[in-house]
Amino acid sequence: MSTHWTLHKFHGGIHPLENKQQSTTMPIQQAALPGLLVVPLLQHIGQPAEPCVSEGEHVYKGQLIASPAGLGAAIHAPSSGVVERIGAAPYPHASGQPYNAIEIRTDGKDQWHPDIRPANPDELDDEQLLQRIRAAGISGMGGAGFPTATKLRSGQQASIDTLIINGTECEPYITADDMLMRERAADILSGAAILQRLLDARQVVIAIEDNKPQAIAAMQAALGTRPWHVVSIPTLYPSGGERQLIKVLTGKEVPSGGLPAHIGIVCQNVGTAAAVHDAVYLGRPLISRITTLTGAALKQPMNVECLVGTPVIELLQQAGLDQTRMNRVIVGGPMMGFSLADLNAPVIKTGNCLIASTEQEMPAPEPALPCIRCGECELACPAGLLPQQLLFYAQGDDHEQLQANNLFDCIECGACSYVCSSKIPLVQYYRSAKADIREQQQKQIKAEHARQRFEFRQERLRLEEERKAAERQARAERMAKAKAAKEKADAAKPAPVAGSDPSADQLKKLKIEASMARVALTKAEKQLAQHDTPELHAQVAQLKATAEAAQQALAAAEPDATAAAPAAEKPAKAARPALSEAAKKAKIELAMARAALKKAERAEASEDELAPLREAMLKAEQTLADAETGTPE
Amino acid sequence: MSLILIAVITLTVLSLIFGAILGFAAVRFRVEGNPIVDQINTLLPQTQCGQCGYPGCRPYAEAIANGDKINKCPPGGEATIQALADLLDVEPEPLDAVEGEKPVQVAYIREEECIGCTKCIQACPVDAILGAARQMHTVIVSECTGCDLCVEPCPVDCIEMRPVEGDLRSWKWEQPSPIPDLLIIATDREDQA
Repeated sequence: MSTHWTLHKFHGGIHPLENKQQSTTMPIQQAALPGLLVVPLLQHIGQPAEPCVSEGEHVYKGQLIASPAGLGAAIHAPSSGVVERIGAAPYPHASGQPYNAIEIRTDGKDQWHPDIRPANPDELDDEQLLQRIRAAGISGMGGAGFPTATKLRSGQQASIDTLIINGTECEPYITADDMLMRERAADILSGAAILQRLLDARQVVIAIEDNKPQAIAAMQAALGTRPWHVVSIPTLYPSGGERQLIKVLTGKEVPSGGLPAHIGIVCQNVGTAAAVHDAVYLGRPLISRITTLTGAALKQPMNVECLVGTPVIELLQQAGLDQTRMNRVIVGGPMMGFSLADLNAPVIKTGNCLIASTEQEMPAPEPALPCIRCGECELACPAGLLPQQLLFYAQGDDHEQLQANNLFDCIECGACSYVCSSKIPLVQYYRSAKADIREQQQKQIKAEHARQRFEFRQERLRLEEERKAAERQARAERMAKAKAAKEKADAAKPAPVAGSDPSADQLKKLKIEASMARVALTKAEKQLAQHDTPELHAQVAQLKATAEAAQQALAAAEPDATAAAPAAEKPAKAARPALSEAAKKAKIELAMARAALKKAERAEASEDELAPLREAMLKAEQTLADAETGTPE
Repeated sequence: MSLILIAVITLTVLSLIFGAILGFAAVRFRVEGNPIVDQINTLLPQTQCGQCGYPGCRPYAEAIANGDKINKCPPGGEATIQALADLLDVEPEPLDAVEGEKPVQVAYIREEECIGCTKCIQACPVDAILGAARQMHTVIVSECTGCDLCVEPCPVDCIEMRPVEGDLRSWKWEQPSPIPDLLIIATDREDQA
C-alpha cells in the first residue's frame, strides 16, 4: 500500500556514509548471560527510579527492583540472581560520570518471576492495558527514552488522527530496528495494534527508509488484512527525527515548543511497539533489547538481543573485539552518539548501538577553523535554523539572541557540523549554550522562589509584630481600667477597709511587737551565753522586761478584742430598730438645746441667760432618757 | 503687528492645552515606586545574604537604583554583574569580594551536635530550617539559598556550608575551546611574515 502515500520534504538533511551492511550479515544473536548485571536507576527521561530491593536479596528475572518516582519508568531484574550492591557504578553518559545502579550477581538459572503471566488484550480494558505497559517499565526505544505510558496518556487526552510507527533508523551504522523488523514484524504490528487502540488513532503509518528493502518486505508480509500503510521514504538523515518524519509523511510541522499530539499525531519506535507486545501479551517487562555491535575493530559485527545491564565490554568481546585496533567506543550512532569513557558501563534501555571504531574509521576531530560564512550549515539544518548565527551568539553568550533564533528547536542531529567546511563542532556549542540557558532559568526560578519565601517571611514577622503590639496595648488598657476601677472603689469605702476592725489592727501590732521583743531577747541571751558581761546581763534583763510587757499587753488586748468585736456590733444593731419616733425627736431636741447652750457659752452670755438654756437641755436629756427606756428593749 | 499677536496668542493657548494634558497625565498615570528597583531586584539572586552590605536583595536593588556599584553581589557573580550592566547600560566591573565567586553551597546541620536553640531558624531569611526548641534542626536543602546567615548565630558551631554536588542531570557540555585566530587570507600571512 506504500504506493498511495504522498510524501513531502523537510528542509535540509544530509547523506552520510551508511555503513549498515556490516552488521546485517547474520540474524540476531543471543548475548551470553553476564556474571554481573549493572542496572542503572536512570534509563529514561525524568526522575531516577527508587530501588525497592535491598542488598543481598534474591531476585527473579522480571521482578520489579526499582519503582518510578514522578516522571519515569519502572526497572526490573534482567535475570535471576542476588542483589550484590546498590550504589554508584559506571554509566553510559557523555560526561563519563558514574551513576547509581543495582548490581545483580546472576545465578545462571535465568528463572522468571512466578507472577509473570500472559494475557489476552481483548479481555482487558484500556486502563488495564495502560497499567500493563506502565508496569513493564517501557520507555521510548528510539534513543530519547521518554516513558511510553506517559506519552500514551497525554495522547489519550488529545484527539489523535495518525499513529506513526517509526522504523526509519536514519543514523549510519545502526541496524537494530532493521533486524527487529525483519525478524519480529508480527510482534511489532500486534504491539502497534494495541497502541492504536489506546490512542484511538484513525490510521496507522509504518515508515521505513528505502535502504531497508528486506524490512519493508517483512512488514508488508506481516500486515495481512490490516488497513495500515507501510511507507517507504527516501533515505535522508535525519528523517527518523520525530518532527522531520511527521513533515515527510503529512507535510505538517509540529509547532515550536509543542508536541506532535497537539497536531493529532503520535510517533512510536518499532522497538517500543515490540516491547508493548511483550508486555501486554506475555506480561514480560522491558529487560532486554536488540543492540547493534559494529565498527571496524570487531571481527564479526552483528545484532544481539542482550539484557539491560550487560557490560559493554562483554558484548564487544562476543563480537570479536580487537582491542589493539580499537580507538574508541561510540554509544548510539556516529552522528548523535558519544564516546564511552568506561567499557564496564552497561547497555541501557535506550542503547541501540555500540561502535567499536578504529582510529582510521573515526579519527579525532580536526582543529576547527574560523567560520567563513559559506552557509552550508543553513542548507543542511533539518530544523530550518541559522546555525552560523547561533554559533556567533553562542560564542558571545548572548542568551537572548539564541532564544530569539530558536536554539531550543535544534534537535542536535549534527548535520551542520557534518557539512561544516571549517570543521567547527557546532552542536557542542549549541549543547553548551542550551545547558547554560537552562541553568540560568533554573537559577531564575530558584531566585524567584527564594524571593517569595523571603517576602512571606517578612510579612509573617510584620503580622506577628502587629499582633504583639495590639496585645500589649490591650493589656495596658485593661490594666489602666482595672486600676481606675480599684481607685474608685477605694474612694467609695475608705473607712471600712482600713478601720473596719481597729482592734484587730492593734492586736496585730501588739503581736508583732511581742514577737520582735522575743526575738531580741533570744538573741541577747545567746550572746550572753557566749560572752558573759555585766552590760549584757543588764540588757537581757531589760529585754526580758520589755518582752514580758509586750506579751502582757498582747494578752490583755486579745480577750478585749475578741469580746469587743461582737460587743461593738451588737448595740449598733440593736439600737437602730429600737430608736422610736419619740426618742428621735428627743435626741434632736437635746442636740438643739446643747447647741444653743454652747453658742451662748461661747458668746459669753450672762448667767441669767444661760440658766434657762441649761434647764432646757437637762429637760431634753430627761425626755430622751424617758423615750429610750420607754421603748421595748 | 496683529500677525505677531495672533502667533503669540496661538502658541500660548497651545502651550496651556498641552501643559494641562501633561499635568493630567502626570497625576493620572503616576507610577508607584521606582520600577527600575523591581527590575534590578529580579536580576539579583535573592539569597538575602547581606554580603553586599545591605540587609537583603531589595535594599541593594534600591541602592543600585540610587547609584551604588553593581559589583557587590558575590552569590550572583559575574553573570549578575553582566545582567545588571546590560539593564542599566553601564560598564561591567569585576566582582568586589575578597574570596571571589564561590560555588553554590547549602547549609548543613550536623544533627547530633544540634542543641535545638532555634537561633538559626530565626536567622534564616527564607525559612529553610526546620526544627523547634530543644528539638534537632535540619535544613530543607531545596529551599536553602546558601546565604550562610545561619552559621554565625549557632552557639555550638554545628552548621557548615557544603558545596552542592551536581550529578549527571546537572552536568553540562563545555563550550569548545575558542577557535584560534588563524590568518586564512594569503596577503595577511604575507604581511605577518
